[in-house]
Amino acid sequence: MATSSSNAFVSNLGKIYGGYAGGFIGFVIILAILEQMGVPNKIIGYAFVFLTIGVYAYIGILSRTSELSEYYVAGRVVPPVFNGMATGADWMSAASFISMAGGLYLAGYGGLGYVLGWTGGYVLVAVLLAPYLRKFGQFTVPDFLGVRYEGNTARVCGVIVLFSASFTYIVAQTFGIGIITSRFLGIPFEVAIFVGLLGILVCSMLGGMRAVTWTQVAQYIILIIAYLTPVVWLSTTLYGFPIPELTYGQALNEIAELEKKLGIVKPHVAAYVDAKGQFSWVEFHNFWALVLCLMVGTASLPHILMRYFTTPNVRDARKSVAWSIFFIFLLYFTAPAYAAFAKREVYRDVIGQQISSLPAWVQNWSQVGGLLTIKDGNSDGILQLSEFVINQDIIVLSMPEIAGLPYVVSGLVAAGGLAAALSTADGLLLAIANALSHDIYFKMIDPKASTVRRLVVARALLVIVAIMGAAIAGTRPAGIIQMVAWAFSLAAAGLFAPLVLGIWWKRTTSMGAIIGMMSGFGVCLYYLIATRYFDMPLWFGIRNISSALFGMPVAFIVTWAVSLMTTPPSKEMQDFVDSIRTPKGDLAWVRGSQHE
Amino acid sequence: MANMTPAQREAHWSKTSRLMWTIMALWFFFSFVIPAFAAQLNNVVIGGFPLGFYMAAQGSLISYVVLCFWNASSQNKIDQEFGVAED
Repeated sequence: MATSSSNAFVSNLGKIYGGYAGGFIGFVIILAILEQMGVPNKIIGYAFVFLTIGVYAYIGILSRTSELSEYYVAGRVVPPVFNGMATGADWMSAASFISMAGGLYLAGYGGLGYVLGWTGGYVLVAVLLAPYLRKFGQFTVPDFLGVRYEGNTARVCGVIVLFSASFTYIVAQTFGIGIITSRFLGIPFEVAIFVGLLGILVCSMLGGMRAVTWTQVAQYIILIIAYLTPVVWLSTTLYGFPIPELTYGQALNEIAELEKKLGIVKPHVAAYVDAKGQFSWVEFHNFWALVLCLMVGTASLPHILMRYFTTPNVRDARKSVAWSIFFIFLLYFTAPAYAAFAKREVYRDVIGQQISSLPAWVQNWSQVGGLLTIKDGNSDGILQLSEFVINQDIIVLSMPEIAGLPYVVSGLVAAGGLAAALSTADGLLLAIANALSHDIYFKMIDPKASTVRRLVVARALLVIVAIMGAAIAGTRPAGIIQMVAWAFSLAAAGLFAPLVLGIWWKRTTSMGAIIGMMSGFGVCLYYLIATRYFDMPLWFGIRNISSALFGMPVAFIVTWAVSLMTTPPSKEMQDFVDSIRTPKGDLAWVRGSQHE
Repeated sequence: MANMTPAQREAHWSKTSRLMWTIMALWFFFSFVIPAFAAQLNNVVIGGFPLGFYMAAQGSLISYVVLCFWNASSQNKIDQEFGVAED
């Protein structure tokens, strides 16, 4: 795509992606026909994995670029609706797509903390941050800290927090890609990780943000079709109406009756109860803490914030956040229906049945190592609830079989999960590599570097970070979901206070922001490591996935106190903040601040 | 910076801040206040859905989408009123 044809491309986006979605649906239908004609499942699995990765690679190569603003911010031409879709894919990872509905299945109301926490943060992004960061209009989030807090100390602190949070997150994503690729290609996990790595790099390396943006739009379309298909189908066959969000109330009723019959003491819909079904303050506090940390983390994760650097103007940045939450909402408000349908099926047709006559999907999945186990503890030939153990990661993947759908739908769901994991990994990788190449290399090491050299460094760093991430994921570090939640807490504790106060409180001084940021981040990291690795007792029973509950207030209070003790920011800096708050007009740069 | 007098700038920012606080209050209400009463709300059942569960699973999410679109259009009106909306 040369620049001249790129305008034509942007003005035809609707047609191009409409044709693409139609083509993808056609492809699924053809595979469905082939399946009926007797083509083996393995071939269908291969077709889904390779064809979708092939499409992403094709877009990635078409979008190659040698211009800095194309590489870092997609030329700032991305219309709000499409940036919303790209953000949706950037945002929804393997954790949302594969694990979340399973978590709801297991935890009931408690699992809704993830649903709330991973959506509500966009209100904070929309109101507090996105439009102002867009007006600031540079390349990265640490850029903002470096200018607002006058110097490289703030910039480096920003990069440290960004790196810790995003790298933790990317290891989890690479792990997820390895699992899907190995399961559907039938290759060993360690090899699958590197196949997935190629899939990630081919999207992002040549075209940076531009390539990632247009690939993410394509990935969003696949992942949302894949997520909605089985659950809409099931809603239609069970209740005769294709909107699962309205019909699963009946499933909840049936679950409640089955719970009574089976003697389950912890109801699916009951809020803040412990395993015995009694109200528990610890559960209540942890729910609240998790929701808060995930929301604030959303508003602090640089790979999300940098998506709003790509819109044409401030007004579009605001609209784009609204579209983002809409596209994300489509998946999240469906997840509770997924969980309810699966639970109804398990309670009705699996528990209490003869073990010799269980549905086919139970038998299929119990053959896959360790994810679903059935053990007839009391040898009566009947399956009790305690004899049935299901891993949360297979609820979504096994849904097509639960619903009795053809294998092609299983392939579709796998392609969706892969799209979710790849798109998030790409966004994270770019956030890290851009911070290192732009903020550390260009701004601090070699400010005179040529465009060509900057892009070479950016690409080299991209590959290095990707390989590091894959190498660590290959060691199978424990607790993937936990790692994702940690990433949110680290970002929330380190970045939220300096970003929000920098825009909304002119009195924030550089010293205040730097010390506040590091103490918040430090407290969060300390709590996380001490409770995880050194058996430190929990503070107030708060689990370490919500470590930012302690880090965030520290960051705000320290920033506030130190700011009041130091000399107020100069008049020039206050004018600069004013210019960020005003959509129209130029920025009032502070003299001596490095910018382009 | 667009041509605003200091007084206008202050008025623009105070309207912007008021919108921010309004939305933050609604956000807090849907994120924390409603879930706090989930157990009580669950006694109300509409269309098979216990209300406390439904609010956390769907209701609050709908409110976030509405809040974000509402923020975009209200802030745009404020910017136009003060002549600082982009062309």
